[in-house]
Amino acid sequence: MELVRRAKRGDDSAFEELVRRYDRNVFRIAQHITQNREDAEDVVQDAFLKAYGNLAQFQEQSKFYTWLVRIAVNEALMRLRRRRPERMVSLDEEVKTEDDSLPREVADWSPNPEQMYNQAELRDILTRTIQGLPPGFRTVFVLRDVEGLSTEETAQALELSIPAVKSRLLRARLQLRGRLSRYFQKRASGDGDK
Amino acid sequence: MKCTEFLNELTNYLDGALDDRTKSELEDHLAWCHNCYVVCDTTRKTIEIYRNSELYELPDDLRGRLQSAIMSKCCAHKEKKSGPQKA
Repeated sequence: MELVRRAKRGDDSAFEELVRRYDRNVFRIAQHITQNREDAEDVVQDAFLKAYGNLAQFQEQSKFYTWLVRIAVNEALMRLRRRRPERMVSLDEEVKTEDDSLPREVADWSPNPEQMYNQAELRDILTRTIQGLPPGFRTVFVLRDVEGLSTEETAQALELSIPAVKSRLLRARLQLRGRLSRYFQKRASGDGDK
Repeated sequence: MKCTEFLNELTNYLDGALDDRTKSELEDHLAWCHNCYVVCDTTRKTIEIYRNSELYELPDDLRGRLQSAIMSKCCAHKEKKSGPQKA
């Protein structure tokens, strides 16, 4: 918090240190939400600039990082809406899919996916799979499971209730799991459908 | 514990947020229900694989450009704010 206080007093080197500390995280979150590199670059710049301009309003009741994530998520969703105006993009959307029911599985992922695919193939699968999630689910998953925010911090950053975060997280995890299974079980079953 | 109850508790279980009693009931269920065991195991792997994936890392050259752009915009913002007082 000392860096934040110094930045609030007008010490730009302290703010620069905050940028260095969190820019990678903000970029990852922004690219996960927007799925577009240029948008993610813009979100990083706009989020930090907004944080800089509004530092006086930051009350220090939450972590600076949680506050910054909230700004970045809002910027990213705004850009996503601009890019896809035909589709409403909201964190509140409730999307029912076939993946929501109790999954039926017989085969585990064995050997591990990391052993089945090279790094580039695996990245491609992971990117395509997470792109298919509704933005509201994707955002919760990224904050909780990729960035490691707590449930409470995620709720604070997204202005959602804790039960809403938990419900979206469960569905995001299950949907990702179900979609990845289509790749990993197919491969594990011996590429029989080639 | 039934399969639907397991599913409701899955997120709390994977996050280590269950009380001892519910955790033990869930693990009893996993011991005999192969379907739920596979769902639990592959969901855990899903989280791990994304956490370790390093998707969207910020390349160093782009990072340098972004940091410079951010700080110069911040300086411009500061000057703009203090500018009218001088006039």
